[in-house]
Amino acid sequence: MKPDKLKLYFFTFIIITGIFLPAESQSQVAIPDRPSPPKLVNDFTSTLNQQEKVALERKLVRFNDTSSTQITVVIVSDFNGQSKSQFAYKIGEEWGVGQKEFDNGLVILLKPKEVGNNEGEVFIATGYGVEGAVPDAIANRITEEEMIPEFKKGNYYAGLDKGTDILMKLTAGEYSAEEYQKQTGDSNKTAGYIVPILAMIIVIFLMKRSQKTKRTFSRRQSSATPGILTALLLFGMGGRHSGSWNNFSSGGGSFGGDAGGFGGFGGGSFGGGGAGGSW
Amino acid sequence: MKIRKGTLIALITVGAILLLLLIMIGTGVSRYNKLVSLEENVNEKWSQVENVYQRRADLIPNLVNTVKGYAEHEQQTLTKVIEARSKATSVNVDPKNLDGQSLQKFQQAQKGLSSALSRLMVVVERYPDLKASQNFRDLQAQLEGTENRISVERRKFNQAARKYNTKIRQFPTNMIANTMGFEKKAYFEADQGADEAPQVEF
Repeated sequence: MKPDKLKLYFFTFIIITGIFLPAESQSQVAIPDRPSPPKLVNDFTSTLNQQEKVALERKLVRFNDTSSTQITVVIVSDFNGQSKSQFAYKIGEEWGVGQKEFDNGLVILLKPKEVGNNEGEVFIATGYGVEGAVPDAIANRITEEEMIPEFKKGNYYAGLDKGTDILMKLTAGEYSAEEYQKQTGDSNKTAGYIVPILAMIIVIFLMKRSQKTKRTFSRRQSSATPGILTALLLFGMGGRHSGSWNNFSSGGGSFGGDAGGFGGFGGGSFGGGGAGGSW
Repeated sequence: MKIRKGTLIALITVGAILLLLLIMIGTGVSRYNKLVSLEENVNEKWSQVENVYQRRADLIPNLVNTVKGYAEHEQQTLTKVIEARSKATSVNVDPKNLDGQSLQKFQQAQKGLSSALSRLMVVVERYPDLKASQNFRDLQAQLEGTENRISVERRKFNQAARKYNTKIRQFPTNMIANTMGFEKKAYFEADQGADEAPQVEF
């Protein structure tokens, strides 16, 4: 008699927990399902129009095809009671953004102000493999300086476009986090003008000198000066372009026509890195 | 040549026993290896946990110097942070000995640093110039990111430890675990800030 009763209790217990446990774990996850078919631009709020979505998707797919780095844009109206960092981390980890062997995934999470929110929020979550290329402080600056100013004006596409451009440049190694830091640091506003001017003066000086010396040491000098000259010219150009990051997207251009669809997320892993802001 | 019935039976029995033994050894070895790789996974996750805590400790000298530049009168709070940092970095846990006691000691020391840091952040509220400086904003982002990393790595460690602990208790692996000395690993307690990163509001 007694063991039977125990068994009964036991089974009711199992049935009850069986009913309640999955529901509980589901509410704990509380992020959107991985998109099927896979997409890199996932707008659950219709903040972007069709054209903008296609343009952004195409850009990110092309970047994935050439660099294997996966940047996904997720726009939601609510974080389901979680912080933006948790929500973005979970998307990265559970969707598996980035390649498994490189963990080179990035999640740009956006909660626009328009859709019934009194505060807009944005977060860039970095996979383990891109934490070096995009440190938290840099992710923070990208949101503060490139994205939020546009978001404040309601230009969500422009903000995302600028942000992804810089993330692409950083992860592709076209410039380093330090270089970006210099561009956005508060003490370097004047250096942007001084450096090219100084470089020009030095270039002119060197050109004159090399013309003089050419007559005497023509063989040695001619091989050394072009290196210095190009270096200085490049340096000068870099300084002159400071503050006009929006030009960088033009480099992509129409590259081999349509890049085709996105093949799917690669199973990359996230460690909670990244930064964000609100407005 | 004719083999007697008795010898034949004996041979078959011996063969069967040998085969059974071989299978047992084979599965035993594979179970043992599985345990080793699970334990290795726990160790790896533990070193990640230590990494992210170290990362936080590494941020502190820079943070203290930055705050000092703007808030000279907060020497006491800053000293407490430095003390808590040195206490936290002095507690090390051998991954081979991840029992409840050593983990709790580790957690206690880190918690001391967390609370010293949050006190500092309250103090910082009084210095708008500090809060507006680029250097501080960078540090703030780094500190927030580190707190997020800590909560992620703690969760990942607990997952790995749970997987390992389940395995060493399951039959028949538990027999191998007992004889070979595979010990249960401790978990991070889900006290304040285990799953939720503490809010570092400036």
